[in-house]
Amino acid sequence: MKVRIKFSKRGPSRFLGHLDVMRYFQKAVRRAGIPVAFSAGFRPHMIMSFAAPLGLGIASDGEYFDMELSREMSSRELLCRLNEALNEGFQALSAKKTPEGKKHNAMAITAASGYRIRFPEEDRQRWEQMAGQMEAFLAQPAIPVEKKTKNGLKTADVKPGIYRFQAAQGEWDMLLAASSASYVKPRMVMDAFAEYLGTHFAPHDYAVHKMEVYANTGTEQSPVFVPLEDLGEDI
Amino acid sequence: MRNLALKDEILLQIEKPARYIGGEVNAAMKDKGEIDIRFAMCFPDVYEIGMSHLGLQILYHMFNEREDTWCERVFSPWTDLDAIMRREKIPLFALESQEPVKNFDFLGITIQYEMCYTNILQILDLSQIPLYAKDRDESHPLVIGGGPCAFNPEPLAPFFDLFYIGEGEASYPAFLDTYARMKREGRSRMEFLEAAAQIPGIYVPAFYDAEYGADGALTSFAPNRPCAPDRVTRQVLTDFASAPYPDAPVVPNIKATQDRVTLEIQRGCIRGCRFCQAGMIYRPAREKDVELLKKQASDMLRNTGHEEISLNSLSSSDYSQLKELLDFLQEEFEGEAVNVSLPSLRIDAFSLQIMRRIQDVKKSSLTFAPEAGSQRLRDVINKGLTQESILEGAREAFLGGWRRVKLYFMLGLPSESEEDVKSIAHLAQKIAETYYDEVPKEQRSGKVQITVSTSYFVPKPFTPFQWAPMASVETYLERVAALREEMRLQENHKSMKYNWHEADVTILEGFLARGDRRAAKVIARAYELGAMYDAWSEHFHPELWTQAFADADMDIDFYTLRSREVSELLPWDFIDAGIKREFLEREWRRAQEGSVTPNCRQECSGCGAARHKGGVCVEGKN
Repeated sequence: MKVRIKFSKRGPSRFLGHLDVMRYFQKAVRRAGIPVAFSAGFRPHMIMSFAAPLGLGIASDGEYFDMELSREMSSRELLCRLNEALNEGFQALSAKKTPEGKKHNAMAITAASGYRIRFPEEDRQRWEQMAGQMEAFLAQPAIPVEKKTKNGLKTADVKPGIYRFQAAQGEWDMLLAASSASYVKPRMVMDAFAEYLGTHFAPHDYAVHKMEVYANTGTEQSPVFVPLEDLGEDI
Repeated sequence: MRNLALKDEILLQIEKPARYIGGEVNAAMKDKGEIDIRFAMCFPDVYEIGMSHLGLQILYHMFNEREDTWCERVFSPWTDLDAIMRREKIPLFALESQEPVKNFDFLGITIQYEMCYTNILQILDLSQIPLYAKDRDESHPLVIGGGPCAFNPEPLAPFFDLFYIGEGEASYPAFLDTYARMKREGRSRMEFLEAAAQIPGIYVPAFYDAEYGADGALTSFAPNRPCAPDRVTRQVLTDFASAPYPDAPVVPNIKATQDRVTLEIQRGCIRGCRFCQAGMIYRPAREKDVELLKKQASDMLRNTGHEEISLNSLSSSDYSQLKELLDFLQEEFEGEAVNVSLPSLRIDAFSLQIMRRIQDVKKSSLTFAPEAGSQRLRDVINKGLTQESILEGAREAFLGGWRRVKLYFMLGLPSESEEDVKSIAHLAQKIAETYYDEVPKEQRSGKVQITVSTSYFVPKPFTPFQWAPMASVETYLERVAALREEMRLQENHKSMKYNWHEADVTILEGFLARGDRRAAKVIARAYELGAMYDAWSEHFHPELWTQAFADADMDIDFYTLRSREVSELLPWDFIDAGIKREFLEREWRRAQEGSVTPNCRQECSGCGAARHKGGVCVEGKN
């Protein structure tokens, strides 16, 4: 049986890199006594896969991994046991049964991520003023961004990957492409926006908080974004 | 959630920021308002190394079991953060509370290898604690050192307020009780040091004076006040059953060098190899009860979630209940994919049988440590291993499917000749021949692979070789060259690979291992010149040390290359390490004669450890 765990990562644990978070959960699952399944072979490993990696220093309320169980366990018990084994900064939020098969893996179906950009209270005015320019920024025919690739710097148009960029409740709200074909980071959008405004953002002028990861259940032309956890059912 | 000592913008510009955030699973969090003693426990190297050390986890657990103490961890900031902390004057902090070490009662530093000495000065410096104990006052933490290098604490003496000699489990309770009481009574730092000097195993360097003769050798070493004992006695744990053990060790945030549970199955070693300091200073060899080990193994695996357990000791094959322990682990963790690793096994039929259960024969290699190439030299170092048993082990291994062999040797051993060095190549050749002679062609999965590694022998205090001169760098490099050449002449040289240790760093290790108080000047100067992370080859700069020796007007050869008379007063002679000096003298003589001394199970050699009435000294006698 395949289950999908949604978890949050906040506070000091923001500084654990992706590989360390994977190691962290492998150990947590063992401490929790969750009946996780192992691969065959001389060195069996846990059958577990994570959705997209999260940038260092970013807090998140929408992290996911899938794991294979060797026997059924209720959502409630899974959550209970897992949270008992987690510590500072990590919390399991939901545990759902998901369809079998690689093409349903959290990583394979991830299409977009939602973010909130937060600013220090004292800079409020500056940010509210800038937010007035968002529409015009998005109305540009293209939003070119320099991306680092294996073959050096490349310019890419990130406009098609910005599904939403708006001010909401004193924060900025973003929905950005996060699939293997198209991946837009919040910082790219912020840097492009700063350039458009003729200014510059230092990385610590704002904090990025990841809110959710979505699958696209619609089509490429008219996407329907559904949180990954909604694709599973309670056990 | 805790506030971190470092701002996000710093954490995001350094390598592996998770080294500095603490908050790991099983880390001890306490309310600082409710405790009397704040203890910062430091391993002076980077997080991944320090977190792999069992001794630190044992003491951390033991201290935190006390309601009046909060023990936190401190490691060396890596060079990137080091530069930022110096620039921005950020004081070094402990991981748990993220609060500056300089506000603690104690900074305890475990000293596991000589090449971390400059890192100790880095720790003090970044903590904003004066480097020299004489410059500290009531506002500073007491700096206490321990670990194997504390068996010759002299090169570090001026930097420490105290040293603890021996096994921490034994005397720390009394030590901390004394401190808590005196702190409540409002006693001064000096009053505490005077009281501490009377606790068994505690050495307060400021209470002793050293004098040197015209030839540079030590002539007198004596206490300068009545509270300090003439000799400081090594502390020994004799009852493992009631000893503290970390049943829930801290789980590192990032992959540690040893990313696994470490279970100590026995302490000490029965073998008596004459070059091995651990084999001498952890006497008597003491086995832990197998039922206790089963419980500790289960607890530690369940409480950490580690997928691997390492059964540690100086010589695991000598643990009499090994099979029972392995059977238990296999049964208890059936289906949970828990790996077992067993370092320091002797290669024989029994251990091969064990290894086949715990490793993938095709992928793994087997390690032999003959230490010397010729039988004559193996007898000199009392490595009770014959060529027949090595070849027999290799034969069994090859028939069992292994084809990769690692061989460890030392160069520069006392009495070593070029012939001895060449016999390393001949032994490697015989092992290669064993493979081709014994394994039928159709069963071979490829060529045999033999990796020969040589290190540069360093004589250590409290070993029979403590009087021996170290080989000079030139001699060592000549021997390396001779061995390379001899290996090239072997028929199967294409199946052999040769690695050797760098000479520059090892000769310094030799200096620090047997240095006296005057060596501190060199360490301080090298640090001032920028030496740090000397144990890391990419950060080791021998030219800084050369400069430091010149500036301090010190001659390294006096410490490394000089042959010491048995009558000479050694800087560490004031420590009673449990083994008698006469035993070491006798062993040094027997080494020169090439006589083998039987191991502790075969026959007692009267080393002096029997007075502790524990382990192998009382086996079968009660």
